[in-house]
Amino acid sequence: MNVILDNFAQYRDGFLTTLEFCAYAFVGALVLGTVIAAFRVSPVPPLRWVGTSYVNVFRNCPLTVVLFFCAFGLPEIGVNGLYFWFGVAALVLYTAAFVCEAIRAGINSVPAGQAEAARAVGLTFTQSLSSIILPQALRTVVPPLGSVIIAMVKNSAIAGAFGVGGDLFAVSDTLTSSRGEAILPVLIGVTIGYLILTIPGGMLLNLLERKVAIAR
Amino acid sequence: MTASDPAAGSTSTEPMIRMQSVDKHFGPLHVLKDINLEIPQGQVVVVLGPSGSGKSTLCRAINRLEPIDSGVIEIDGKPLPAEGKDLARLRAEVGMVFQSFNLFAHKTILENVMLAPVKVRKQDQATARKTAVDLLERVGIASQGDKYPAQLSGGQQQRAAIARALAMRPKVMLFDEPTSALDPEMVQEVLDVMTGLAGEGMTMLVVTHEMGFARKAANRVVFMADGEIVEDSTPEKFFTAPESARARDFLGKILTH
Repeated sequence: MNVILDNFAQYRDGFLTTLEFCAYAFVGALVLGTVIAAFRVSPVPPLRWVGTSYVNVFRNCPLTVVLFFCAFGLPEIGVNGLYFWFGVAALVLYTAAFVCEAIRAGINSVPAGQAEAARAVGLTFTQSLSSIILPQALRTVVPPLGSVIIAMVKNSAIAGAFGVGGDLFAVSDTLTSSRGEAILPVLIGVTIGYLILTIPGGMLLNLLERKVAIAR
Repeated sequence: MTASDPAAGSTSTEPMIRMQSVDKHFGPLHVLKDINLEIPQGQVVVVLGPSGSGKSTLCRAINRLEPIDSGVIEIDGKPLPAEGKDLARLRAEVGMVFQSFNLFAHKTILENVMLAPVKVRKQDQATARKTAVDLLERVGIASQGDKYPAQLSGGQQQRAAIARALAMRPKVMLFDEPTSALDPEMVQEVLDVMTGLAGEGMTMLVVTHEMGFARKAANRVVFMADGEIVEDSTPEKFFTAPESARARDFLGKILTH
Protein backbone atom coordinates (compact mmCIF):
# COMPACT_ATOMS: atom_id res chain seq x y z
CA MET A 1 0.00 0.00 0.00
CA ASN A 2 3.03 2.25 0.26
CA VAL A 3 2.74 3.14 -3.38
CA ILE A 4 -0.46 5.09 -2.64
CA LEU A 5 0.94 7.01 0.33
CA ASP A 6 4.27 7.63 -1.41
CA ASN A 7 2.57 9.08 -4.46
CA PHE A 8 -0.23 10.81 -2.61
CA ALA A 9 0.39 14.13 -4.36
CA GLN A 10 0.03 12.48 -7.77
CA TYR A 11 -3.16 10.76 -6.74
CA ARG A 12 -4.52 13.97 -5.30
CA ASP A 13 -3.77 15.95 -8.47
CA GLY A 14 -5.28 13.20 -10.61
CA PHE A 15 -8.35 13.13 -8.39
CA LEU A 16 -8.79 16.89 -8.67
CA THR A 17 -8.39 16.81 -12.46
CA THR A 18 -11.03 14.08 -12.72
CA LEU A 19 -13.29 16.05 -10.39
CA GLU A 20 -12.93 19.17 -12.55
CA PHE A 21 -13.41 17.16 -15.75
CA CYS A 22 -16.57 15.53 -14.38
CA ALA A 23 -17.95 18.79 -13.03
CA TYR A 24 -17.82 20.38 -16.48
CA ALA A 25 -19.21 17.26 -18.13
CA PHE A 26 -21.99 17.02 -15.51
CA VAL A 27 -23.21 20.58 -16.07
CA GLY A 28 -22.87 20.29 -19.85
CA ALA A 29 -24.68 16.95 -20.07
CA LEU A 30 -27.46 18.12 -17.75
CA VAL A 31 -28.12 21.27 -19.79
CA LEU A 32 -27.83 19.60 -23.20
CA GLY A 33 -29.81 16.54 -22.06
CA THR A 34 -32.65 18.74 -20.76
CA VAL A 35 -32.77 20.68 -24.03
CA ILE A 36 -32.85 17.45 -26.06
CA ALA A 37 -35.60 16.07 -23.78
CA ALA A 38 -37.62 19.26 -24.36
CA PHE A 39 -37.13 18.71 -28.10
CA ARG A 40 -38.37 15.14 -27.80
CA VAL A 41 -41.65 16.13 -26.15
CA SER A 42 -42.12 19.34 -28.15
CA PRO A 43 -45.33 19.93 -30.12
CA VAL A 44 -43.15 20.88 -33.14
CA PRO A 45 -42.44 17.72 -35.19
CA PRO A 46 -39.03 18.80 -36.64
CA LEU A 47 -37.73 19.41 -33.10
CA ARG A 48 -38.95 15.96 -32.08
CA TRP A 49 -37.07 14.43 -35.02
CA VAL A 50 -33.87 16.25 -34.05
CA GLY A 51 -34.22 15.02 -30.46
CA THR A 52 -34.93 11.44 -31.47
CA SER A 53 -32.06 11.36 -33.98
CA TYR A 54 -29.66 12.76 -31.41
CA VAL A 55 -30.53 10.08 -28.88
CA ASN A 56 -30.35 7.33 -31.49
CA VAL A 57 -26.89 8.40 -32.62
CA PHE A 58 -25.18 9.15 -29.33
CA ARG A 59 -26.80 6.46 -27.21
CA ASN A 60 -25.82 3.79 -29.70
CA CYS A 61 -22.25 4.84 -30.47
CA PRO A 62 -19.43 3.57 -28.26
CA LEU A 63 -17.96 6.35 -26.16
CA THR A 64 -14.50 5.64 -27.59
CA VAL A 65 -15.82 6.40 -31.07
CA VAL A 66 -17.31 9.69 -29.89
CA LEU A 67 -13.98 10.49 -28.23
CA PHE A 68 -12.12 9.71 -31.45
CA PHE A 69 -14.39 12.01 -33.40
CA CYS A 70 -13.95 14.81 -30.89
CA ALA A 71 -10.21 14.40 -30.51
CA PHE A 72 -9.41 13.97 -34.19
CA GLY A 73 -12.50 15.26 -35.96
CA LEU A 74 -12.84 18.63 -34.26
CA PRO A 75 -9.29 19.76 -35.19
CA GLU A 76 -10.09 18.75 -38.79
CA ILE A 77 -12.89 21.30 -38.90
CA GLY A 78 -10.74 23.97 -37.34
CA VAL A 79 -11.61 23.54 -33.67
CA ASN A 80 -8.38 23.39 -31.73
CA GLY A 81 -7.84 23.16 -28.05
CA LEU A 82 -6.69 21.06 -25.18
CA TYR A 83 -7.51 17.38 -25.12
CA PHE A 84 -9.12 18.12 -21.79
CA TRP A 85 -11.88 20.07 -23.56
CA PHE A 86 -12.25 17.53 -26.37
CA GLY A 87 -12.70 14.93 -23.66
CA VAL A 88 -15.33 17.05 -21.91
CA ALA A 89 -17.14 17.65 -25.22
CA ALA A 90 -17.24 13.92 -26.03
CA LEU A 91 -18.46 13.00 -22.57
CA VAL A 92 -21.13 15.72 -22.68
CA LEU A 93 -22.39 14.66 -26.13
CA TYR A 94 -22.49 11.01 -25.12
CA THR A 95 -23.98 11.42 -21.63
CA ALA A 96 -26.61 13.96 -22.77
CA ALA A 97 -28.39 11.20 -24.72
CA PHE A 98 -28.84 9.19 -21.51
CA VAL A 99 -29.73 12.27 -19.46
CA CYS A 100 -32.38 13.09 -22.07
CA GLU A 101 -34.00 9.67 -21.77
CA ALA A 102 -33.98 9.77 -17.97
CA ILE A 103 -35.64 13.19 -18.02
CA ARG A 104 -38.13 12.10 -20.65
CA ALA A 105 -39.12 9.15 -18.49
CA GLY A 106 -39.70 11.63 -15.68
CA ILE A 107 -41.79 13.88 -17.90
CA ASN A 108 -43.94 10.91 -18.88
CA SER A 109 -44.48 10.06 -15.23
CA VAL A 110 -46.23 13.40 -14.56
CA PRO A 111 -50.01 12.91 -14.96
CA ALA A 112 -51.31 14.27 -18.28
CA GLY A 113 -53.83 16.41 -16.40
CA GLN A 114 -51.02 18.61 -15.07
CA ALA A 115 -49.94 19.57 -18.59
CA GLU A 116 -53.57 20.03 -19.62
CA ALA A 117 -54.26 22.34 -16.71
CA ALA A 118 -51.09 24.29 -17.51
CA ARG A 119 -52.18 24.71 -21.12
CA ALA A 120 -55.73 25.55 -20.08
CA VAL A 121 -54.63 28.53 -17.96
CA GLY A 122 -52.64 29.87 -20.90
CA LEU A 123 -49.07 28.77 -20.25
CA THR A 124 -46.96 28.25 -23.37
CA PHE A 125 -45.19 24.94 -23.97
CA THR A 126 -41.91 26.24 -22.54
CA GLN A 127 -43.61 27.75 -19.48
CA SER A 128 -45.58 24.61 -18.79
CA LEU A 129 -42.44 22.48 -19.12
CA SER A 130 -40.30 24.68 -16.89
CA SER A 131 -42.82 25.60 -14.17
CA ILE A 132 -45.14 22.60 -14.06
CA ILE A 133 -43.76 19.47 -15.69
CA LEU A 134 -40.01 19.45 -15.00
CA PRO A 135 -40.26 20.34 -11.29
CA GLN A 136 -42.64 17.40 -10.83
CA ALA A 137 -40.59 15.13 -13.07
CA LEU A 138 -37.56 15.73 -10.87
CA ARG A 139 -38.61 13.20 -8.26
CA THR A 140 -38.78 10.28 -10.68
CA VAL A 141 -35.77 11.54 -12.60
CA VAL A 142 -33.31 11.58 -9.70
CA PRO A 143 -32.66 7.81 -9.37
CA PRO A 144 -32.09 7.05 -13.09
CA LEU A 145 -30.21 10.32 -13.50
CA GLY A 146 -28.00 9.29 -10.61
CA SER A 147 -27.05 6.10 -12.43
CA VAL A 148 -26.31 8.08 -15.57
CA ILE A 149 -24.07 10.52 -13.70
CA ILE A 150 -22.21 7.75 -11.87
CA ALA A 151 -21.67 6.01 -15.22
CA MET A 152 -20.39 9.32 -16.56
CA VAL A 153 -17.81 9.62 -13.76
CA LYS A 154 -16.57 6.12 -14.57
CA ASN A 155 -16.57 6.87 -18.29
CA SER A 156 -14.27 9.78 -17.60
CA ALA A 157 -11.60 7.12 -17.13
CA ILE A 158 -11.92 6.26 -20.82
CA ALA A 159 -11.37 9.90 -21.67
CA GLY A 160 -8.41 9.73 -19.26
CA ALA A 161 -6.95 6.79 -21.16
CA PHE A 162 -7.19 8.96 -24.27
CA GLY A 163 -4.84 11.44 -22.72
CA VAL A 164 -6.93 14.10 -21.04
CA GLY A 165 -3.74 14.55 -19.09
CA GLY A 166 -3.13 13.97 -15.47
CA ASP A 167 -6.52 12.65 -14.49
CA LEU A 168 -7.03 9.92 -11.95
CA PHE A 169 -6.85 7.09 -14.46
CA ALA A 170 -3.72 8.55 -16.09
CA VAL A 171 -2.00 8.36 -12.68
CA SER A 172 -1.92 4.58 -13.01
CA ASP A 173 -0.20 4.89 -16.36
CA THR A 174 2.39 7.31 -15.05
CA LEU A 175 3.15 5.23 -11.99
CA THR A 176 3.36 1.88 -13.76
CA SER A 177 4.98 2.81 -17.05
CA SER A 178 7.48 5.42 -16.06
CA ARG A 179 8.18 4.39 -12.47
CA GLY A 180 7.73 0.66 -12.81
CA GLU A 181 5.34 0.30 -9.87
CA ALA A 182 3.28 -2.89 -9.64
CA ILE A 183 -0.05 -2.38 -11.38
CA LEU A 184 -2.47 -3.83 -8.83
CA PRO A 185 -1.64 -1.67 -5.80
CA VAL A 186 -1.59 1.36 -8.11
CA LEU A 187 -5.05 0.54 -9.42
CA ILE A 188 -6.38 0.05 -5.89
CA GLY A 189 -5.44 3.68 -5.26
CA VAL A 190 -7.19 4.71 -8.47
CA THR A 191 -10.28 2.75 -7.48
CA ILE A 192 -10.41 4.44 -4.09
CA GLY A 193 -10.26 7.78 -5.90
CA TYR A 194 -13.28 6.94 -8.06
CA LEU A 195 -15.22 5.55 -5.11
CA ILE A 196 -14.62 8.78 -3.22
CA LEU A 197 -16.40 10.51 -6.10
CA THR A 198 -19.20 8.08 -6.77
CA ILE A 199 -20.31 6.81 -3.33
CA PRO A 200 -20.92 10.23 -1.74
CA GLY A 201 -22.43 11.25 -5.07
CA GLY A 202 -24.97 8.45 -4.74
CA MET A 203 -25.71 9.40 -1.15
CA LEU A 204 -26.24 13.00 -2.17
CA LEU A 205 -28.73 11.83 -4.77
CA ASN A 206 -30.69 9.82 -2.20
CA LEU A 207 -30.89 12.94 -0.08
CA LEU A 208 -32.06 14.97 -3.05
CA GLU A 209 -34.67 12.33 -3.89
CA ARG A 210 -36.21 12.67 -0.45
CA LYS A 211 -36.12 16.45 -0.63
CA VAL A 212 -37.97 16.73 -3.94
CA ALA A 213 -40.70 14.24 -3.06
CA ILE A 214 -44.17 15.58 -3.86
CA ALA A 215 -47.24 14.36 -2.05
CA ARG A 216 -50.09 13.28 -4.29
CA MET B 1 -80.67 36.65 -12.35
CA THR B 2 -83.12 33.82 -12.53
CA ALA B 3 -82.34 30.96 -14.78
CA SER B 4 -85.43 30.73 -16.88
CA ASP B 5 -84.89 32.95 -19.88
CA PRO B 6 -82.65 31.35 -22.50
CA ALA B 7 -81.62 34.75 -23.81
CA ALA B 8 -80.68 36.05 -20.35
CA GLY B 9 -77.52 38.11 -20.35
CA SER B 10 -76.96 38.06 -24.06
CA THR B 11 -75.97 41.59 -24.90
CA SER B 12 -73.40 41.32 -27.66
CA THR B 13 -74.33 40.28 -31.17
CA GLU B 14 -71.39 37.86 -31.49
CA PRO B 15 -71.97 34.65 -29.59
CA MET B 16 -69.30 33.96 -26.94
CA ILE B 17 -68.84 30.44 -28.26
CA ARG B 18 -69.71 29.40 -31.80
CA MET B 19 -69.23 25.89 -33.13
CA GLN B 20 -70.09 25.27 -36.73
CA SER B 21 -70.09 21.91 -38.51
CA VAL B 22 -67.58 20.50 -36.04
CA ASP B 23 -66.51 16.93 -36.64
CA LYS B 24 -64.07 14.77 -34.76
CA HIS B 25 -63.02 11.13 -34.87
CA PHE B 26 -61.06 9.03 -32.40
CA GLY B 27 -59.78 6.44 -34.83
CA PRO B 28 -62.87 4.73 -36.23
CA LEU B 29 -65.13 6.33 -33.61
CA HIS B 30 -67.05 9.39 -34.79
CA VAL B 31 -67.20 11.31 -31.47
CA LEU B 32 -68.51 14.68 -32.68
CA LYS B 33 -70.94 14.64 -35.60
CA ASP B 34 -71.62 17.94 -37.31
CA ILE B 35 -71.93 19.94 -34.09
CA ASN B 36 -73.54 23.37 -34.40
CA LEU B 37 -73.80 25.34 -31.20
CA GLU B 38 -73.92 29.02 -30.34
CA ILE B 39 -73.67 30.26 -26.79
CA PRO B 40 -74.42 33.95 -26.23
CA GLN B 41 -72.58 35.92 -23.61
CA GLY B 42 -73.85 35.34 -20.07
CA GLN B 43 -75.68 32.14 -20.87
CA VAL B 44 -75.30 29.03 -18.74
CA VAL B 45 -75.51 25.89 -20.82
CA VAL B 46 -75.60 22.44 -19.29
CA VAL B 47 -74.59 19.57 -21.53
CA LEU B 48 -76.22 16.27 -20.62
CA GLY B 49 -76.00 12.85 -22.14
CA PRO B 50 -75.04 9.24 -21.52
CA SER B 51 -71.35 8.43 -21.12
CA GLY B 52 -69.56 8.16 -24.44
CA SER B 53 -71.95 10.63 -26.04
CA GLY B 54 -69.13 13.08 -26.78
CA LYS B 55 -70.03 15.76 -24.23
CA SER B 56 -66.56 15.90 -22.63
CA THR B 57 -64.93 15.98 -26.05
CA LEU B 58 -67.21 18.86 -27.02
CA CYS B 59 -66.16 20.75 -23.91
CA ARG B 60 -62.44 20.06 -24.45
CA ALA B 61 -62.62 20.98 -28.12
CA ILE B 62 -63.64 24.53 -27.24
CA ASN B 63 -60.17 25.41 -25.91
CA ARG B 64 -58.48 22.96 -28.27
CA LEU B 65 -57.36 20.47 -25.65
CA GLU B 66 -58.88 18.14 -28.25
CA PRO B 67 -58.14 19.25 -31.80
CA ILE B 68 -61.05 18.82 -34.20
CA ASP B 69 -61.00 17.27 -37.68
CA SER B 70 -63.12 19.86 -39.44
CA GLY B 71 -65.46 22.75 -38.77
CA VAL B 72 -65.09 26.12 -37.09
CA ILE B 73 -64.87 27.03 -33.42
CA GLU B 74 -64.89 30.70 -32.47
CA ILE B 75 -64.51 32.28 -29.06
CA ASP B 76 -65.89 35.82 -28.84
CA GLY B 77 -65.76 36.12 -32.63
CA LYS B 78 -62.17 34.87 -32.98
CA PRO B 79 -61.47 31.48 -34.55
CA LEU B 80 -59.29 29.10 -32.51
CA PRO B 81 -55.67 29.57 -33.57
CA ALA B 82 -53.30 26.67 -34.26
CA GLU B 83 -50.98 25.40 -31.51
CA GLY B 84 -48.61 28.15 -30.35
CA LYS B 85 -48.49 31.48 -28.54
CA ASP B 86 -51.83 32.69 -29.97
CA LEU B 87 -53.59 29.60 -28.71
CA ALA B 88 -52.02 30.08 -25.27
CA ARG B 89 -53.32 33.65 -25.26
CA LEU B 90 -56.81 32.48 -26.15
CA ARG B 91 -56.79 29.71 -23.56
CA ALA B 92 -55.92 32.33 -20.94
CA GLU B 93 -59.35 33.85 -21.60
CA VAL B 94 -61.20 30.55 -21.32
CA GLY B 95 -61.37 29.10 -17.84
CA MET B 96 -61.43 25.33 -17.54
CA VAL B 97 -62.35 23.11 -14.62
CA PHE B 98 -61.54 19.41 -14.87
CA GLN B 99 -63.14 16.33 -13.39
CA SER B 100 -59.88 15.41 -11.63
CA PHE B 101 -59.12 18.99 -10.47
CA ASN B 102 -55.58 18.93 -11.88
CA LEU B 103 -54.21 21.39 -9.37
CA PHE B 104 -50.44 21.76 -9.72
CA ALA B 105 -49.29 19.18 -7.19
CA HIS B 106 -45.96 20.84 -6.35
CA LYS B 107 -47.44 24.26 -5.59
CA THR B 108 -49.54 25.54 -2.69
CA ILE B 109 -53.17 26.48 -3.27
CA LEU B 110 -52.26 30.17 -3.27
CA GLU B 111 -49.40 29.55 -5.74
CA ASN B 112 -51.77 27.57 -7.93
CA VAL B 113 -54.10 30.55 -8.19
CA MET B 114 -51.28 33.09 -8.63
CA LEU B 115 -49.25 31.18 -11.20
CA ALA B 116 -51.00 32.05 -14.45
CA PRO B 117 -51.66 35.74 -13.62
CA VAL B 118 -47.93 36.12 -12.89
CA LYS B 119 -46.56 33.99 -15.75
CA VAL B 120 -49.10 34.77 -18.45
CA ARG B 121 -50.51 38.19 -17.53
CA LYS B 122 -47.19 39.39 -16.05
CA GLN B 123 -48.92 40.71 -12.94
CA ASP B 124 -46.64 41.57 -10.03
CA GLN B 125 -46.61 39.18 -7.08
CA ALA B 126 -48.43 41.53 -4.71
CA THR B 127 -51.36 42.17 -7.07
CA ALA B 128 -51.64 38.49 -7.97
CA ARG B 129 -51.55 37.51 -4.31
CA LYS B 130 -54.28 39.96 -3.43
CA THR B 131 -56.54 38.69 -6.22
CA ALA B 132 -55.80 35.10 -5.25
CA VAL B 133 -56.62 35.69 -1.59
CA ASP B 134 -59.90 37.37 -2.59
CA LEU B 135 -60.81 34.49 -4.89
CA LEU B 136 -60.04 31.86 -2.27
CA GLU B 137 -62.22 33.83 0.12
CA ARG B 138 -64.99 33.84 -2.46
CA VAL B 139 -64.90 30.06 -2.96
CA GLY B 140 -64.73 29.59 0.80
CA ILE B 141 -61.23 28.19 1.30
CA ALA B 142 -59.35 31.30 2.39
CA SER B 143 -57.70 29.42 5.25
CA GLN B 144 -56.27 26.72 2.97
CA GLY B 145 -53.99 28.94 0.85
CA ASP B 146 -50.69 27.66 2.22
CA LYS B 147 -51.54 23.98 1.93
CA TYR B 148 -50.66 21.68 -0.94
CA PRO B 149 -53.43 20.18 -3.09
CA ALA B 150 -53.00 16.68 -1.63
CA GLN B 151 -53.79 18.06 1.85
CA LEU B 152 -57.25 19.26 0.78
CA SER B 153 -60.52 17.38 0.36
CA GLY B 154 -61.82 16.84 -3.15
CA GLY B 155 -64.44 19.54 -2.79
CA GLN B 156 -61.86 22.03 -1.56
CA GLN B 157 -59.50 21.11 -4.39
CA GLN B 158 -62.22 21.64 -6.97
CA ARG B 159 -63.12 25.02 -5.47
CA ALA B 160 -59.43 25.96 -5.60
CA ALA B 161 -59.39 24.89 -9.25
CA ILE B 162 -62.35 27.18 -9.94
CA ALA B 163 -60.49 30.03 -8.21
CA ARG B 164 -57.42 29.27 -10.32
CA ALA B 165 -59.47 29.57 -13.50
CA LEU B 166 -61.22 32.75 -12.31
CA ALA B 167 -57.89 34.41 -11.52
CA MET B 168 -57.39 34.89 -15.26
CA ARG B 169 -60.70 36.81 -15.49
CA PRO B 170 -61.96 34.49 -18.22
CA LYS B 171 -64.69 35.46 -20.67
CA VAL B 172 -66.16 32.01 -20.45
CA MET B 173 -65.85 29.03 -18.12
CA LEU B 174 -65.85 25.40 -19.20
CA PHE B 175 -66.67 22.72 -16.64
CA ASP B 176 -65.88 19.14 -17.60
CA GLU B 177 -67.83 16.98 -15.12
CA PRO B 178 -66.65 19.07 -12.16
CA THR B 179 -68.39 16.98 -9.50
CA SER B 180 -68.04 13.46 -10.90
CA ALA B 181 -64.88 12.66 -8.93
CA LEU B 182 -66.25 13.98 -5.64
CA ASP B 183 -67.65 12.18 -2.65
CA PRO B 184 -71.40 12.87 -2.47
CA GLU B 185 -71.17 15.15 0.56
CA MET B 186 -68.78 17.46 -1.29
CA VAL B 187 -70.79 17.90 -4.45
CA GLN B 188 -72.99 20.66 -3.07
CA GLU B 189 -70.17 22.98 -2.00
CA VAL B 190 -68.80 22.96 -5.55
CA LEU B 191 -72.24 23.39 -7.13
CA ASP B 192 -72.90 26.35 -4.81
CA VAL B 193 -69.80 28.12 -6.12
CA MET B 194 -70.88 27.38 -9.69
CA THR B 195 -74.42 28.58 -9.06
CA GLY B 196 -73.02 31.80 -7.61
CA LEU B 197 -70.89 32.27 -10.70
CA ALA B 198 -73.86 31.68 -12.97
CA GLY B 199 -75.81 34.28 -11.01
CA GLU B 200 -73.08 36.84 -11.65
CA GLY B 201 -73.54 36.52 -15.39
CA MET B 202 -70.55 34.34 -16.29
CA THR B 203 -70.87 32.54 -19.61
CA MET B 204 -70.64 28.86 -18.72
CA LEU B 205 -70.67 25.52 -20.46
CA VAL B 206 -71.11 22.74 -17.92
CA VAL B 207 -70.87 19.06 -18.66
CA THR B 208 -72.47 17.34 -15.70
CA HIS B 209 -74.76 14.66 -14.37
CA GLU B 210 -76.17 16.98 -11.72
CA MET B 211 -79.78 17.36 -12.76
CA GLY B 212 -80.50 19.64 -9.81
CA PHE B 213 -77.88 22.10 -11.03
CA ALA B 214 -79.23 21.89 -14.59
CA ARG B 215 -82.72 22.70 -13.33
CA LYS B 216 -81.68 25.47 -10.99
CA ALA B 217 -78.81 27.30 -12.67
CA ALA B 218 -78.94 26.55 -16.38
CA ASN B 219 -80.55 28.78 -19.02
CA ARG B 220 -80.36 26.01 -21.53
CA VAL B 221 -79.89 22.28 -21.73
CA VAL B 222 -78.09 20.57 -24.58
CA PHE B 223 -78.64 16.83 -24.74
CA MET B 224 -76.06 14.76 -26.62
CA ALA B 225 -76.11 11.13 -27.70
CA ASP B 226 -73.71 9.27 -30.00
CA GLY B 227 -71.76 12.41 -30.85
CA GLU B 228 -74.79 14.42 -31.89
CA ILE B 229 -76.75 17.23 -30.32
CA VAL B 230 -80.15 15.59 -30.05
CA GLU B 231 -81.98 18.23 -28.08
CA ASP B 232 -81.40 21.88 -27.30
CA SER B 233 -84.02 23.49 -25.09
CA THR B 234 -84.78 25.09 -21.75
CA PRO B 235 -84.41 23.03 -18.56
CA GLU B 236 -88.18 23.08 -17.89
CA LYS B 237 -89.00 21.82 -21.32
CA PHE B 238 -86.23 19.24 -21.35
CA PHE B 239 -87.09 17.74 -17.98
CA THR B 240 -90.88 17.88 -18.33
CA ALA B 241 -91.44 17.27 -22.02
CA PRO B 242 -88.38 15.93 -23.83
CA GLU B 243 -88.96 15.64 -27.57
CA SER B 244 -86.71 12.74 -28.53
CA ALA B 245 -87.00 9.12 -27.55
CA ARG B 246 -83.33 9.03 -26.57
CA ALA B 247 -83.76 11.93 -24.13
CA ARG B 248 -86.83 10.27 -22.62
CA ASP B 249 -84.89 7.03 -22.27
CA PHE B 250 -81.95 8.86 -20.64
CA LEU B 251 -84.19 10.76 -18.23
CA GLY B 252 -86.11 7.61 -17.43
CA LYS B 253 -82.89 5.89 -16.39
CA ILE B 254 -81.61 8.66 -14.14
CA LEU B 255 -84.79 10.06 -12.65
CA THR B 256 -86.63 6.89 -11.65
CA HIS B 257 -84.52 5.98 -8.63
